[in-house]
Amino acid sequence: MIRSHVLICGGTGCTSSGSASLQKALANELTLKGLEDEIKIVQTGCFGLCALGPIMIVYPEGTFYCKVKESDIPEIVEEHLLKGRIVSRLVYDEAAEGHKDGPASLSETAFYKKQMRLALRNCGVINPEVIDEYIAMDGYAALGKVLTEMKPEDVIKIISDSGLRGRGGGGFPTGRKWSFAAANASDKKYVVCNADEGDPGAFMDRSVLEGDPHAVLEAMAIAGYAIGADEGYIYVRAEYPIAIKRLQIAIEQAREYNLLGKDIFGTGFNFDIKIRLGAGAFVCGEETALLASIEGRRGEPRPRPPFPAVKGLFGKPTIINNVETYANVCQIILKGADWFSSIGTEKSKGTKVFALGGKIKHTGLVEVPMGTTLREIIEEIGGGIPNGKKFKAAQTGGPSGGCIPASLIDTPIDYDNLIAIGSMMGSGGLIVMDEDNCMVDIAKFFLDFTVGESCGKCTACRVGTKRLYEMLEKITSGNGTLEDLDKMEELCYYIKNNSLCGLGQTAPNPVLSTLNRFRDEYIAHVVDKKCPAGVCKGLLAYEILADKCKSCSLCAKNCPVGAISGEKGVPYVIDKSKCIKCGVCMEKCKFGAVVKK
Amino acid sequence: MKSLEELAAIRDKMKGKVSLREGENAIRVVVGMATCGISAGARPVLNAFVEEVSNAGLSDSVTVTQTGCIGICQFEPVVEVFETGKEKVTYVKMTAEKAKRIVDEHIKGGKVVAEYTIGNTKL
Repeated sequence: MIRSHVLICGGTGCTSSGSASLQKALANELTLKGLEDEIKIVQTGCFGLCALGPIMIVYPEGTFYCKVKESDIPEIVEEHLLKGRIVSRLVYDEAAEGHKDGPASLSETAFYKKQMRLALRNCGVINPEVIDEYIAMDGYAALGKVLTEMKPEDVIKIISDSGLRGRGGGGFPTGRKWSFAAANASDKKYVVCNADEGDPGAFMDRSVLEGDPHAVLEAMAIAGYAIGADEGYIYVRAEYPIAIKRLQIAIEQAREYNLLGKDIFGTGFNFDIKIRLGAGAFVCGEETALLASIEGRRGEPRPRPPFPAVKGLFGKPTIINNVETYANVCQIILKGADWFSSIGTEKSKGTKVFALGGKIKHTGLVEVPMGTTLREIIEEIGGGIPNGKKFKAAQTGGPSGGCIPASLIDTPIDYDNLIAIGSMMGSGGLIVMDEDNCMVDIAKFFLDFTVGESCGKCTACRVGTKRLYEMLEKITSGNGTLEDLDKMEELCYYIKNNSLCGLGQTAPNPVLSTLNRFRDEYIAHVVDKKCPAGVCKGLLAYEILADKCKSCSLCAKNCPVGAISGEKGVPYVIDKSKCIKCGVCMEKCKFGAVVKK
Repeated sequence: MKSLEELAAIRDKMKGKVSLREGENAIRVVVGMATCGISAGARPVLNAFVEEVSNAGLSDSVTVTQTGCIGICQFEPVVEVFETGKEKVTYVKMTAEKAKRIVDEHIKGGKVVAEYTIGNTKL
């Protein structure tokens, strides 16, 4: 008889910090202590607090252990699982401090308190490889309801009324997309799931697929019923091995239960799903390029119209939605359009998942209602900036988005507000930057990415992004002029206006938004030949302060190019012609005598 | 899956198995599982509670869990029943058989099994 469940995160974050071997060690220890029939180990999806992985939660107490090591396992088993004494040194700090009698429940901690987990509702709760656990959480009840009680147009109406918008970046109303495809009569239609998540630092869709794959399958089947399709494709990048494995398991289990296949629920409705692996080209996240790739052609976008809803996969009407969009569908069917539209802001309903990264304490995955302010996400949920540094900007929307400066930290986040302040929702990457980040360097980083990912079809994007990158390089190396700034701006608009697809149309955004919000930093690079954040190597010079140098020779010993010389009793000096600005001397100096200027 | 009933049957069967992960219930049965409790035979008592609660179909509303030494080692195995809004009840010198009666009469029936409580037990 099982009296306790131990949940171990099997998401990508915790897997890379060693959760798989932890699980094995726990299983061994339980057998050793004869507890294997009383305690059940459950491998789940992402809990969100990836920075503190590997994460383990023990129920019924709900004890949240973090950074668990294999060597901690015997103590957890002996003390907690056998004797019921919580191993307090491993409990998540905030939960441990939060409560006078024993650790607080997770939902009371700052990280979870303001979150609302809808798309992630089953992530970290169920074992994604066991379909029965998904069914226990009302899984496939929405599909059952749709097939037995609703007409296709009712399904589209409820999705339209809910106000759900595409979570992949554009924010197009999902219900409208479905109605277009439904209206086009055809002998064959397709439902496609875009799981080609490509923004640097984004892992929202990955976590949904890893933690709750059936939610996506079920929603795709519902979409199939709504538009009259009997076949679905999931286009997922090959770099997501755990997500792919769990999707495959989920599809097999759903077929076994006849929740995919022929005559589902005895209603005569047929639907099956296939997986297609992408090779990791960013442009394949663009819908027409994605369709081309599924068809076995080169992943390049084509002009629209015709839109995929008219002429999509293999020339047939097709709807393409993002993973997170699908993850919301089943709950809207079960709980109603009014419930969903009561969450969020006027034009952006529901919640949004963000992958928090960069200079933030709680790196991880969070889901908040639309309209939550950036300040709440960064300072409360994210735990603020580490090492007492000052918040400078947040980057949303990845290579297509822009930077939000500290002055706009109280902006409620939704699709329209983000566009109004020169950024965009994107798929949900949120990179936090502090005073040590150079905004010109950030713009260069994203440009470097788009230069490499441009498919090459449009000259404006292929050549334009390269030229733009070169101009940024010129500025960061100290050779820029004020004229370059104007030229850059002109080129940005040229690329935006003359590119076919979203990649080129949005590629200049990181440059434009930083030029707009942080022009003073560009000017510092161009006019004063200084990088205020001390990042751009071309504008840096390392120096040894004579009054602080103790002539210990540590810097000289560690300098990889032999640029530092000196002798006992005399302050050391750096030969600037040899210095490669690697910063080792500054790191090694025990007296703070090395400074960068 | 041929019908909604079939789906509901799987859901109901599984519901009890995952409800453990949904946090605090109204009734909490806490078994003392420190060294003193274990040596006095707390393990079978704990298992009996888990099993009886589950058999009675109460897994959704009753949490069975362990705790450390309560401090009255001579009375072990000790079991305490917490119910929101009510005084806690402390049962002492527990056995698996007594556990069954407590689930039947106290947890299910709402009537404290007075003869097993600490107040009615002589050393």
